[in-house]
Amino acid sequence: MSDIKYLAPGTIEEAVKAMQAAGGKGFVLAGGTDLLVQMRSGAREPQTIVDVKKIPEMTTIEELPGGGFRIGAAVSGAVIGEHKKLVAAFPGVVEAINLIGSKQVQGRASAGGNLCNSSPAADSVPAMVAAGVTVQIAGPNGRREVPVEKFPTAPGRNCLQPGEIVVSLTLPAPAAGSSDAYLRLIPRTEMDIAVVGIGVSLTLKDGTVTAARVGLGAVAPTVLLVEDAAKALVGSKLDDAALEKAAAACRAACKPINDKRGTIEYRTKISGVLLKRAAKIAAQRASGATVGGTH
Amino acid sequence: MAKLHVTTKINGEEVEYLCDAQDSMLDVLRGPLGLTGSKEGCGSGDCGACSITVDGRLTCACLMLAAEAEGHDIGTIEGLAQGEKLHPLQEKFIEMAALQCGICTPGVLVAAKALLDRNPDPTETEVRFWLAGNLCRCTGYDKIIRAVMDVAADMRKTVAA
Repeated sequence: MSDIKYLAPGTIEEAVKAMQAAGGKGFVLAGGTDLLVQMRSGAREPQTIVDVKKIPEMTTIEELPGGGFRIGAAVSGAVIGEHKKLVAAFPGVVEAINLIGSKQVQGRASAGGNLCNSSPAADSVPAMVAAGVTVQIAGPNGRREVPVEKFPTAPGRNCLQPGEIVVSLTLPAPAAGSSDAYLRLIPRTEMDIAVVGIGVSLTLKDGTVTAARVGLGAVAPTVLLVEDAAKALVGSKLDDAALEKAAAACRAACKPINDKRGTIEYRTKISGVLLKRAAKIAAQRASGATVGGTH
Repeated sequence: MAKLHVTTKINGEEVEYLCDAQDSMLDVLRGPLGLTGSKEGCGSGDCGACSITVDGRLTCACLMLAAEAEGHDIGTIEGLAQGEKLHPLQEKFIEMAALQCGICTPGVLVAAKALLDRNPDPTETEVRFWLAGNLCRCTGYDKIIRAVMDVAADMRKTVAA
């Protein structure tokens, strides 16, 4: 016998009401690639499962006037990876989302779910931090927005209040001459959890960096926005000195743990190495050169 | 709590079933529906032995609730053969001995078909990445990859002919 309730509301308002009524025992089901595993292991014991995939706003990608995008929180990685305009505008964000799990997992897993799971090693989050994503949240008191870097608050925890759900992710229109890249280090070639993950977004004018954002993952309790690394890149032509300064800023921002995937020293060192590589890829993309994927 | 009543399509046929909220698609396929071709390996989306398609999209049946199937179109390994006639992938896997114990095979076949449906001319690298979510502890993968590449080539010839 089961006393778990499964609901599939058709609107945000109904979903919020269902979450509110569940009083802390409600869980949103998007792709389910985390939730079902957590339920099976006993890590999460929902009384109400709120499947949000019947809500159009949460399952569609919308182009915004000016060149930005709104990605529904439950849109799968596979659908995101097939959206040509989104891939062209934000190759780094898309490659980060598409690195989560296998093709099977990609068929279901969403960027919204990856964010809400709030793992420090979430692949999509550093790239979304670099891209300046805003998280659209709906709750009992209406809607609010949070910059993505402020969303996770600790491993497995985030800023959602009771009854709130993530509706969508807004990617701001990139300035002319902008692009992004995401790189991660894993001990295998595929399907593993990041030892370090880094997203870099750059705007270039005549070869000089005019704006930059750096998101760094898996080296602290939450994904970090590394402003000092961005500052080191702005004004430079990505010469070795500027890259080294930005790499040093990444290393300084690291507060990692030792675990089976990597030691504190290794993670710290690698954060600088990946910063340099990701910045170069973002710059090549921003200046129109084609660069292959990160597999 | 009353059981949930679900109407869905499985391998092209309309199917109805009752399930509990937490039942996975795999539980229902292998249990009440008797479609035991999909295997449970890990139960956590890592091994791919329960690979199915939902509206043509590859997924793990263990990572989906049975209740979510309402109104969708599910494809399982049982839908690959047409009656007694095996799918070219199935024939090739037998011909090239691209299996040993067989536990991973249904999932590999479903995943490989989903690849070829999208990309009739994949490179070896593309095949290897596409099948990275299907673990096989027997074959060392090489025979599987070669069989899929071979079928892709055969199917392209058939289409061209």
